[in-house]
Amino acid sequence: MRAGSLMNNSAVAIRAAEAGDIGKVIRLDELHTGLAKPDYWREMFAAYVTAYHFGRYFLIAEDPGGMVGFIVGEIRTWEFGSPPCGWVFAVNVSPDSREGGIGSRLLDAICGRFRDCGVGTVRTMISRNDPLNLAFFRSQGMTAGPYIELEMNLDPGPTDDPNEAKA
Amino acid sequence: MRLQKSTLFALYAALELAAEPGRQMSTADIADRYGISIHHLAKVMRQLVRAGLIQSVRGVGGGYRFSGNVKRVTLWDIIELFEPAARSANQDDEPGHATPVSRALDNVRAEIDDLTRATMQSITLKSLLKFAPAERQKRLP
Repeated sequence: MRAGSLMNNSAVAIRAAEAGDIGKVIRLDELHTGLAKPDYWREMFAAYVTAYHFGRYFLIAEDPGGMVGFIVGEIRTWEFGSPPCGWVFAVNVSPDSREGGIGSRLLDAICGRFRDCGVGTVRTMISRNDPLNLAFFRSQGMTAGPYIELEMNLDPGPTDDPNEAKA
Repeated sequence: MRLQKSTLFALYAALELAAEPGRQMSTADIADRYGISIHHLAKVMRQLVRAGLIQSVRGVGGGYRFSGNVKRVTLWDIIELFEPAARSANQDDEPGHATPVSRALDNVRAEIDDLTRATMQSITLKSLLKFAPAERQKRLP
C-alpha cells in the first residue's frame, strides 16, 4: 500500500481521461477482473474520451505517482422508460490505493457532472458475486432501485432452423 | 425476509456497540434502549462473543464492547449466525418437494434468497450506521 493512502487522498486529482491513459486503464481493469479487454477499452475510449458526447464522462484519479483509479458513466434518457439518469458503468481503484477514499472522490466527481447536467439520479448494476463493488456502492448510499434485472440463457431452439422459421 | 427475534436482537446489539467501538455497554443498557427482553438478549450476547464479534469486559462499568471490524462485518455475517435456515431455504423434506411445480417454486424462492443474501452481504455495519437517522450519526466513530 502506498504510504499515506489510508489517511490522505488530498494529493489525488480528478481529471478527464486522455487518450494516453488507455494502457493504464487496461492494466488496472485486468488487475481487478483477471481479464484483459483491450478491444473493449479501445471502443470505450473512442466513445467516451476522444469523441465528445453530451453527458458521457471518463474520469481519472491520479496522485503524484500516476493513475490510481478511474470511473466511467453517462446520462441515458428514457431507457427502460426511465427519465434522464446517470449510469456508472465502471469504477476501479488500484489495490495499493484502496480504502483511501479515492473511489468516493471519483463517484462524487461523476455525480457532480451528472448533477450539473440536471440529472437527479445515479444508477449502476453490479454482479451479486462482486461483494467489493457492492459494498462500495452501498457505502455511498446506493440502495436497490425501482428496476429488476432479468435474463435467460439463449439455448439453441427450433427457430434456429431457417426453414422452420419461414413456416 | 422475516428475521427471528434472536437475529434482530443480535443486529441491534452489534450495531449499537459498533457505533462506538471503544464503548462498553451492559446487556441491560441495550435491552432498555430497544425495549427487548434482557434474558433473551443475554443469550444472544453470548453467541456474539463466541463468534468473536463482541467481547465481554469484566469489572466495574463492564459489559460488552465491539471487537469486529465495522468496515468488514456485514449484516449477513450476523444473520447467518442466528438463522441456520438462511443458508439454504429450500427444504427437501417439505411435502410435494419432488413435483415439477414444487421445483419451479423452489427456483423462485432461490432467486429471492440469492438477492436477499447479496443485499445483506453488501451492507457493512459501518454503511448501515452511516445512513441511520441523525441521532445515531452523532455517535459514529
